Amino acid sequence: MSTSWFVVLSAFIFCIGAAGVMSRRSPLVILLCLELMLNAGNLALIAFSRMLGNQDGQVFALMVMVVAACEVVIGLGIIVGMFRRRLPIDVDEMSELRG
Amino acid sequence: MSPTDWGWLVLAFPLAGMLVTALGWRVLPGRGAGWIASAAIGLSFAAAVGMLLALQDRPEDQRALVGTAFTYLDTGGLAADLAILVDPLSVLMCLVVSGVSFLIHLYSVAYMTSDQGFARFFAYLNFFVFSMLLLVLAANFVLLIVGWAFVGAASYLLISFWYRRATATTAGIKAFVINVIGDVGLVIGAFLLFEGTGSVDYFVVFERAPEVFGENSAQIVAACLMILVGAFAKSAQLPLHTWLPDAMEGPTPVSALIHAATMVTAGVYLIARCFPLFELAPAAADVSAIIGTATLIFAASVALAATDLKRVIAYSTMSQIGYMVLGVSVAAYGAGLFHLMTHAFFKALLFMGAGSVIAAMGGIQSLDRMGGFRKSMPFTFWTFTIGALALAGFPLTSGFFSKDEILAFTLNRGGLYVVLGVVGYIAALLTAFYAFRMVFRVFLGAPVPEARELEAGHMHHGDHANPATGEEEDTGVGFPGAEHHIAEREWPMKAAMGPLALLAVVAGVLGIPGVTETFERFLEPTFEESRFHEVHPSEGAEYAGLAAGGLAAIVGIAVAWVYFMRNPGLRSATRERFAGVHRVLINKWYFDELFDAVVVRPGAALGRFGRTVVESTFVQGVLVGGTVGLVRAGTSLARSMQNGEVRAYAALLLLGLGGLVLYFLIVST
Repeated sequence: MSTSWFVVLSAFIFCIGAAGVMSRRSPLVILLCLELMLNAGNLALIAFSRMLGNQDGQVFALMVMVVAACEVVIGLGIIVGMFRRRLPIDVDEMSELRG
Repeated sequence: MSPTDWGWLVLAFPLAGMLVTALGWRVLPGRGAGWIASAAIGLSFAAAVGMLLALQDRPEDQRALVGTAFTYLDTGGLAADLAILVDPLSVLMCLVVSGVSFLIHLYSVAYMTSDQGFARFFAYLNFFVFSMLLLVLAANFVLLIVGWAFVGAASYLLISFWYRRATATTAGIKAFVINVIGDVGLVIGAFLLFEGTGSVDYFVVFERAPEVFGENSAQIVAACLMILVGAFAKSAQLPLHTWLPDAMEGPTPVSALIHAATMVTAGVYLIARCFPLFELAPAAADVSAIIGTATLIFAASVALAATDLKRVIAYSTMSQIGYMVLGVSVAAYGAGLFHLMTHAFFKALLFMGAGSVIAAMGGIQSLDRMGGFRKSMPFTFWTFTIGALALAGFPLTSGFFSKDEILAFTLNRGGLYVVLGVVGYIAALLTAFYAFRMVFRVFLGAPVPEARELEAGHMHHGDHANPATGEEEDTGVGFPGAEHHIAEREWPMKAAMGPLALLAVVAGVLGIPGVTETFERFLEPTFEESRFHEVHPSEGAEYAGLAAGGLAAIVGIAVAWVYFMRNPGLRSATRERFAGVHRVLINKWYFDELFDAVVVRPGAALGRFGRTVVESTFVQGVLVGGTVGLVRAGTSLARSMQNGEVRAYAALLLLGLGGLVLYFLIVST
């Protein structure tokens, strides 16, 4: 199977994720979409790794997974914190860091 | 020891004395600081004597030695060593400076006893003497400028020694500013010489100057005129003289030290030191001679009318320095420096006597308030009179021989110089008159209350106030001390004035024309290269000059006697008859007003213009304000992008990413 299929699929997933990040307001869904984008990236890494017969891309994909896990932990922690303080679960409402 | 070793010792003692008195003031009891400082200068004088003896041991053609301590700077083609030059001229200056300074230190130990800033005073004095010795011993222009600037700084410190007295600090600033004008002139002059000859070393410059510069060429004349600016600022010659009378605000020993014996003679020394250059630029030497003559007659005329005792002496200093400048400018180097030496003796003596009288008056300096101190202060009276005789050039005193030698040399040059010489004799007449105006008005006549009190054995300490403005003062640090000290009651003051009185009388024997020309023979190794070396007035001319000078002195004294003693009504009559002249003289020929109108007020106006237009409109408004506006506009753009919307950030990120991807796609295809 040609590598381009994998890359096209990866691009689709990435775009879906990006569209989700842009359009949804719930932080939980945004996190899910971010995860989609990261895994799209992973897919591309592994596809290219297979094409080149080189293991580096796979190792890198493992690293991305670790980072993604960490990110989810922190992101979910923030969301739980917001929930406990009864803050609105809406990213547009949280703009206190504006200049 | 070689002469240069002694030379380093001459410099080392005052420096050590300054450090000890400046750092140890807390632990030095009573007059301790004064004694240490005096001992330092005394040792310095002893070392100068050692230097003289070591130098005289050498054959005449080897009497110019340079001692180098280390390389002071060596960069970009300019090399200057920390080196001293020992030759008869610098030895003479060292002897005069350290010797007279030692006696002045001794005098100050008693005179300044009750001042709260006693140790500070002696630290300044030692620093001053060190600077002056550095100036006269320097072997190149760089070190000369260092000493020159040190002397200016030290004089500022000493003139405004009573730093809580507004008039004293103003006078100090005035002296410093005018001295800095001189410093700038000297630096420019040294630069012009360096540009031509490629060296700052005296000997190299003097050797190469005739090859590099033509006689009277523009550059050498400019360099000499710039050096003259420096010399005139230090020596208080027209038109840079206005600081000297004002500098009388300092304590009296300071006046004796700075404005009689040492600092003001620096200009004369400089002209004598640079004599090969001035002989190469006769135009500059003529300018110098004319200005010296103008100063000597101008200052003598002002001294006729001044009513402040110390200012009369200050103007007489200017006048006598005018004689010296005239002397060294007409190539009468020996005569000019001889007068420098005798003047140092009798002028320091006059200032010390004046200090004693002012102390007896409780700080009052006005001649109008004084009178009749002869009985109550016999020692001061006699020494002051001796000083006044020497100043007047009374026959056989030291001033008689030295002043007339200058004038004899001047007349001998012929041409324009005859006019200068005649003016010098007229000024000699005035000198005798104002010298004895002081004697008669201070010591003779009816005793004033202060003199009567002193006769009864009670010392009048005055009410503590500024004599110039009448402002109330306390006696703390920064103001004069509570008690005054007079020579009759303090042996150090007597010990200082006695030797000076003796020297003022007998120093003339070093230079009796045709008999003992010791002084000129001593200086010969320095000046034998001079093209006027063989030019001497004939002995007959010299004795004719002496007779004329002696006559001028006697006539001047006699006129003063008629005027102030026999017929006192004449004074007010003349004053009314010549009211206009008197007004001009009492206002010092309006020089201060002239400078105020020409320099000070335009300067202040320029400053105001700078503050209002340049500073507030241009700098604050355009430069600073413009920068602030620019930064503010930039930051408001950056702030508007930080809106806190997470999704907007994500959109921007993606936009950027998309842009990058597009760019690489376009590049790669």
